[in-house]
Amino acid sequence: MTEKLVIVGNGMAPGRMLEHLLEAAPGHHDITIFNAESRVNYDRIMLSPVLSGEKSFEEIVIHGDGWYERHGIALWKGHRIIAIDRDARTVTSDHGVSERFDRLVIATGSVPFIIPVPGNDLPGVLTYRDLDDVNAMLLAAQARAKAVVIGGGLLGLEAAAGLNERGMDVTVLHVMPTLMERQLDPAAGHLLQAAIAARGIKVITKANTKAIIGNGKVEGVELADGTIIPASLVVMAVGIRPNVALAKEAGLTVNRGIVVDDRMVTSDPSILALGECAEVGGRVYGLVAPLYEMARVAAAGLAGDGSRAFVHSDTPTKLKVTGIDLYSVGDFADGDDREEIVLRDASAGVYKRVILQDNRVIGTVLFGETADGAWFNDLTRRKTDISEMRDTLIFGQSFQGGAKQDPLAAVAALPDDAEICGCNGVCKGKITGTITAKGLTSLDEVRAHTKASASCGSCTGLVEQLMKVTLGDAYNPAAVQPMCPCTHFGHDDVRRLIRAKGLKTIPAVMQVLEWKTSCGCAKCRPALNYYLVADWPDEYADDYQSRFVNERVHANIQKDGTYSVVPRMWGGMTSAKELRAIADVVDKFAIPAVKVTGGQRIDMLGIRKEDLPAVWADLGEAGFVSGHAYAKGLRTVKTCVGTDWCRFGTQDSTGLGIRIEKFMWGSWTPAKVKMAVSGCPRNCAEATCKDVGIICVDSGYEIHFAGAAGLDIKGTEVLGQVRSEDEAIEVIVALVQMYREQARYLERIYKWAKRVGVAEIRRQVLDDVERRARYFDAFVFSQRFAQVDPWSERVSGKDKHEFRPLELAGLGAVVES
Amino acid sequence: MDWFDIGTIDDIPARGARCVTTPEGRIGVFRTADDQIFAIEDHCPHKGGPLSQGIVHGASVTCPLHNWVISLETGMAEGADSGTVRTIAVRLDGRRIAIGRESHLLAAE
Ligand code: SRM
Ligand SMILES: Cc1cc2nc3c(=O)[nH]c(=O)nc-3n(C[C@H](O)[C@H](O)[C@H](O)COP(=O)(O)OP(=O)(O)OC[C@H]3O[C@@H](n4cnc5c(N)ncnc54)[C@H](O)[C@@H]3O)c2cc1C
Ligand code: SF4
Ligand code: FES
Repeated sequence: MTEKLVIVGNGMAPGRMLEHLLEAAPGHHDITIFNAESRVNYDRIMLSPVLSGEKSFEEIVIHGDGWYERHGIALWKGHRIIAIDRDARTVTSDHGVSERFDRLVIATGSVPFIIPVPGNDLPGVLTYRDLDDVNAMLLAAQARAKAVVIGGGLLGLEAAAGLNERGMDVTVLHVMPTLMERQLDPAAGHLLQAAIAARGIKVITKANTKAIIGNGKVEGVELADGTIIPASLVVMAVGIRPNVALAKEAGLTVNRGIVVDDRMVTSDPSILALGECAEVGGRVYGLVAPLYEMARVAAAGLAGDGSRAFVHSDTPTKLKVTGIDLYSVGDFADGDDREEIVLRDASAGVYKRVILQDNRVIGTVLFGETADGAWFNDLTRRKTDISEMRDTLIFGQSFQGGAKQDPLAAVAALPDDAEICGCNGVCKGKITGTITAKGLTSLDEVRAHTKASASCGSCTGLVEQLMKVTLGDAYNPAAVQPMCPCTHFGHDDVRRLIRAKGLKTIPAVMQVLEWKTSCGCAKCRPALNYYLVADWPDEYADDYQSRFVNERVHANIQKDGTYSVVPRMWGGMTSAKELRAIADVVDKFAIPAVKVTGGQRIDMLGIRKEDLPAVWADLGEAGFVSGHAYAKGLRTVKTCVGTDWCRFGTQDSTGLGIRIEKFMWGSWTPAKVKMAVSGCPRNCAEATCKDVGIICVDSGYEIHFAGAAGLDIKGTEVLGQVRSEDEAIEVIVALVQMYREQARYLERIYKWAKRVGVAEIRRQVLDDVERRARYFDAFVFSQRFAQVDPWSERVSGKDKHEFRPLELAGLGAVVES
Repeated sequence: MDWFDIGTIDDIPARGARCVTTPEGRIGVFRTADDQIFAIEDHCPHKGGPLSQGIVHGASVTCPLHNWVISLETGMAEGADSGTVRTIAVRLDGRRIAIGRESHLLAAE
């Protein structure tokens, strides 16, 4: 028999409950939902990224309309339940819809608290709870005027950061002496305040709001001390109250929230409550983790499994403001029976504090570096006795030895002649030997005596680990950002260890460097694949399954799953024959769109995957090769008309561009590489915003690099000037090879250069002639294996499986619509 | 449940996928590093991306459009994202792969 289940409120808690319920007892309930908000279930906690513009509303929808349809659930959007009749077992909405229930779930969430001051109802005063609030804020932000956020807690700060991101001039008013005082101790609160202020957001603490002023609309906020802060938008984010009015009216037991037992059942056995409106074990909650636990318990109960009970656990707080890392969990108040361990690194803006009671962690506050938060919390949860690791506890998990987790073991096992510092050619034996012989104890001393890590700094992590291996626990290196959650190693260490240990396959890297997952993830596998291609061009067998689909099928995937194809047009030059061939291909395959790209060539969009090989075959016949518009590799070399035609041209910019493109195409690089050659400083090829650019001048060629014009806009740096075309090509190739050998995967040249330093790069590829030649030769060698047109390879049958679906036997031919 | 042969495990590269077109839509058939086979709707719960074109790792696939990670076992999005894609029954007979389809779905055609 199906039970009639009615749910009031369609927030995050009941949404999750339904997922569990549909899995545990599919078809057992006839489900109707009433939601006061006129939309489907969405991820409320992601409203801040929507406000700041990092996500769109569509991206945060949890259950779309189709989901309700698929599960046969009736969702009344925009219907607020105004009465529950417990005798008749019905609910009624404000639009007059009534529904009978066997079981009722109340999940009405919270209502934002409005401070009782004059003017709090003026137009322009908002709260921060749902999408309507966000939309109203965005509308106000268009005016780019002034905003005041009242409340320096999690919500208030996220709102402030979002509005600031949208170009508003924002002031945060907080009544307490420090921000987020419920989650952070004063020290962390101050760091947070500095980080917020650094974004240009004003913060006033101990600010007591007296009134909101304005005539017909908000004009400002008046504080108790008489200060007036002008504003055309005021957001109140001072706290929330469980939304209990409906339950109270229905006669259910209500305290701060709707009182439920540990099975989420209210004082009426046929009615459950969950989410922020529920009070369980005397507590109400405002973060989703415990609400999701409630959802699990409620779903189990509704599915007839009464064994699951709600148990309290502390939920960590994090702030979703890009660039600010904080983490807090548990109890961090001072006390006689408590001890604390504190680590501060003022220059790095790091503060860590762990609170102990009877040798057990009971609270954690981290600011600036939060990677170990989960580990500390786990120690709390397991009540682990930490006396053994007390001395190193604050440095986090990676310093606690222990078998698997220890990246030191790998470093310790390196042979003495393994090269650690590539820039200065320093090997392991030299470093460890000098540390012992000279009694060195700090990184700076090691740098001074050995030069290791003294140039680009990318081997710093390894050098520090060597110090730790040599000096033991006396030395604690700073943490390195791991490549991804599959490993403890950072990109630079992985690159160096691949070379030092001669690792030549992805499984070998994962085995020797003790990867934590069986076969990596979509972050580390493409990176490892690149590192191996770059380091062992002749030996490594490219692993296509570790490449993003674009590089696997040599075309760009589009939002509808079709592909785009961009053939090379060397230096942007084309001909009637080429254009005719493209026109024929477009007609033959009914390609829906043809576009001239920003890279001086032609893009054909909307091609079905199955058609790709045939399209390439036709293009290949006309002499085209792949333009690698999809690749982390050489993209385009834009040129201008130069001395061929232009009255100002000083050199053959078109010719040089074509030469470079023909020399360098096919090479894989850490991130895409775009180039341009302009025939004179008027710079019509826009060479000064490219990864590598050349400006021709009367006396030769000015080589530029490290420009960008995408997510960041950055003019190039001048590398230097050379006299001949040949020299220009040698320098550019050496530069790109140095980049190929040293940069982290997905790091464009401008970011790499910022890390390594323009001077260091100039030294290696311009001044040091021998080194330049070595880079050049290494590039030429790797091109022997890389310069194969992937299109013609596939036309001749390579990777056939990629382009053909499997067939379903026994159903006859199925036509794809 | 009716079973339909779609080929052998060797037709799919390890840590890869192929797709099959059925009257109910496209299905992605995945082979993991340890030769497990999974089938799910080829339609990402986020914005409909073709999951069969993604990178396969462990028993998950990362969608090629915006990098959601979908569990091949449950069809559920992993990590901070949420959403579910339909999983489809598959069977390995030796090296042959068959996918299961509900008979009433066929009847409804
Ligand atoms: C087609 C084209 C736009 C156009 O119609 O003109 C284009 C299209 C795309 N660009 Fe672009 N970009 C195009 C020129 C540019 C330019 C201009 C240029 O190269 O002179 C830039 C700014 C210059 C720069 O890169 O610094 C540019 C900066 C980006 C970025 C930002 C990169 C960055 O590091 O900041 C992305 C995103 C990324 O790569 O992660 C991007 C990504 C993309 C992708 C590949 C998005 C994707 O991942 O699917 C688009 C693929 C569409 C397709 O299937 O063809 N596109 N893109 C241009 C192709 C040039 C070519 O012939 O190959
Ligand atoms: C901007 C913002 C950022 C946040 N960030 C985080 C975070 O980073 N981490 C975290 O853990 N939590 C965060 N939270 C808190 C988290 O979103 C909430 O804890 C969670 O959404 C509560 O879920 P719920 O189902 O109890 O209520 P809600 O999601 O609030 O849903 C309640 C729903 O019930 C509807 N309703 C109310 N009364 C009625 C009625 N009478 N009839 C019909 N419908 C009704 C409401 O319209 C609403 O849609 C954030 C919240 C906000 C607003
Ligand atoms: S700017 Fe580039 S990445 Fe953005 S939509 Fe246009 S083509 Fe796509
Ligand atoms: S469509 Fe799959 S992640 Fe966006």
